[in-house]
Amino acid sequence: MKKHRRQNRHLLQRTYLVLIFGFMYLPIAVLIAYSFNENKSRAVFTGFSLKWYESLFHNEMILTALWNSLVLALVSSIVATVIGTLATIGINSMSRKAQLLINNISYVPVVNPEIITGVSLMLLFVLAQKAGIGGEEGVFGWITLMIAHITFNVPYVIFNVSPKLRQLDSSLYNAALDLGCTPRQAFFKVILPQLSPAILSAFLICLTYSIDDFMISYFNCGTMQTLPIAIYSMTRKKVSPEINALSTIMFIVILAIILISNALDSRSYKRNQAAIRRDTAGV
Amino acid sequence: MKKMNVRTFASLCLGAVLAAGCVLPAAAQPADPIEVTEDITVSGDYDWTRFADDHLTINVYNWGLYISDGSDESVDVVSAFEKLTGIKVNYTTFDSNESLYAKMKSGGASYDVIFPSDYMVGKMIKEGMLAELDYANIPNAANIGEEYLGWSFDPDNAYSVPYTWGTTGIVYNTTMVEEPPTSWEDLWDVAYTGNVLMFNNSRDAYAIAAKKLGMSLNPASVDEVDLVMKELQSQKSVVQAYVMDEIFDKMEGGEAAMAPYYAGDALTMIEDNPDLAFVHPEEGVNFFVDSMCIPATSRNKEAAEMFINYLCEPSVGYQNCDFIGYSTPITEVWEMLDDDLKYNPIAYPDESVMDKAEVFVTLPDDVNAEMDAKWSEMKSYDESGSGWLVVAFIAGALMISIFNIWRKMRKKVRDDY
Repeated sequence: MKKHRRQNRHLLQRTYLVLIFGFMYLPIAVLIAYSFNENKSRAVFTGFSLKWYESLFHNEMILTALWNSLVLALVSSIVATVIGTLATIGINSMSRKAQLLINNISYVPVVNPEIITGVSLMLLFVLAQKAGIGGEEGVFGWITLMIAHITFNVPYVIFNVSPKLRQLDSSLYNAALDLGCTPRQAFFKVILPQLSPAILSAFLICLTYSIDDFMISYFNCGTMQTLPIAIYSMTRKKVSPEINALSTIMFIVILAIILISNALDSRSYKRNQAAIRRDTAGV
Repeated sequence: MKKMNVRTFASLCLGAVLAAGCVLPAAAQPADPIEVTEDITVSGDYDWTRFADDHLTINVYNWGLYISDGSDESVDVVSAFEKLTGIKVNYTTFDSNESLYAKMKSGGASYDVIFPSDYMVGKMIKEGMLAELDYANIPNAANIGEEYLGWSFDPDNAYSVPYTWGTTGIVYNTTMVEEPPTSWEDLWDVAYTGNVLMFNNSRDAYAIAAKKLGMSLNPASVDEVDLVMKELQSQKSVVQAYVMDEIFDKMEGGEAAMAPYYAGDALTMIEDNPDLAFVHPEEGVNFFVDSMCIPATSRNKEAAEMFINYLCEPSVGYQNCDFIGYSTPITEVWEMLDDDLKYNPIAYPDESVMDKAEVFVTLPDDVNAEMDAKWSEMKSYDESGSGWLVVAFIAGALMISIFNIWRKMRKKVRDDY
């Protein structure tokens, strides 16, 4: 009887797991399958073909949009990570009240609907343009997109790094100073390495948000076009299967990055463990 | 041996005479066409290369997937233009007339060539957003059939050159309907409850209901809008979904029996699923023209006119027509089409349809606002009444926040000890 119940529970657990993973990955599986469809349709599968991949690499508009998205995401994430990390360290050394205030203010862009952030940034840029900044060409384009993306990325960095910083033992920094570090050395040699996992994850979050972003880019892109905007504009006609092909490639690249980084991590972990064991044995 | 020489000499002479004969009259005639790529040949009479050394970039803003772009074995006409003229094209895309308008109005972007539809052309002209075209730079505009010129939104075509045109109608699945639909009224038929799709944009949906009621698809007053929107509301229980591009999958996959859409796209759907058919309802349809215009803010007007002229070249127009699937206003392109398509009543309907077709005009602001308001009201209206959901959400949010405050207070009390 008891065994039976346990089996039941296992079944339930398993179904739950399958359901969750199904919801998460089935759409991607369908998308990948249809990227190999010979036909343009998303309803009938007529045969295997790689033609959408080939055609993707001949579609200059999509490739330009992809390039714009990637460069934008990379540069804005790097800048936002640097600014955000510095901001976190600054905030951390403020008084409690000031900390609370600044933290809440930096929350605003996160909870704000994106459309408000987008429109308000646009209004600001239009104002700047009216004031003559940017000359005849206007300011809209790379500059505005970059500023907009950095702006909405910075809060995510702050909220990723600050919990880690708070956990840090402040005496570590003091110890470093006592042992002869200059403040700069102490920061780069003691604080930064401890924060690096949080900083890395903040950077990755920024990267995803930036590549994903539609609303804010839409209002601030001028005559440029990022990938989400290019895809959205296809909705009067049928979204091209080239987009399926592109999404498949992106999915596989990201999956590969995750797998490789995990493998490297576990290898270095094993090596560390081995080194510790050797050390203890030596003693 | 001697004989041979004479013959060779004679044939050489003959060849020379023939060659001269060919060259001489040709020199007096228009210049030879320029072959840009295997499939694109443009008129040699036009000075295509006058900006070649100026490093110009023109910003072109078109509908998504609305030009032959090199995908799916098509010809990339934009890069052929770049190759021909040395002008760089920054080609970007939009999804609706309204987003195009919003983008232009925001002042955040300056374009050189845009592709608004009829009523949006009218609106932009009225608001002074378009530049008058210099037809001396667009000689190929003469290729455009007269029946596509002079519509009410731009009577002299001073601001716009037609790019594509089409009509609306009903796409239906012959295996799922008992009788082929003939009227817009069939989209209200309760026998097809849950099997009807509808436009997810106010202007096109409105046009259908207005035509069903025997009214103009351009409302003259706010009251008229209210009346027609009620009609749309009464259709809601029959409608499976309000869609735009999802219609391709739903109709091709047999998920719905009937749906209104654009004729050019219907042809694509029928190609993928031969069970589908298309009809122009008897009450009359919407005739639309997507046009090429130059915004008043353009800084490279002459280069923009060159681009428009290029798109009016028959060989370019043919590639675009083939890729987009919408009907072409260029007479020579129509002549190049296969007979199946040339005389296809879906793509090129006869007078009985065209006489009853109506084109969208720019609406007065109050009517436009009423249409948008009523449209979103109609779509959010729910007969079964889900008003309590909002109340439940608010109550839930309140409870969570009260719980949070209580927890914090308790924690504080505990910390104080």
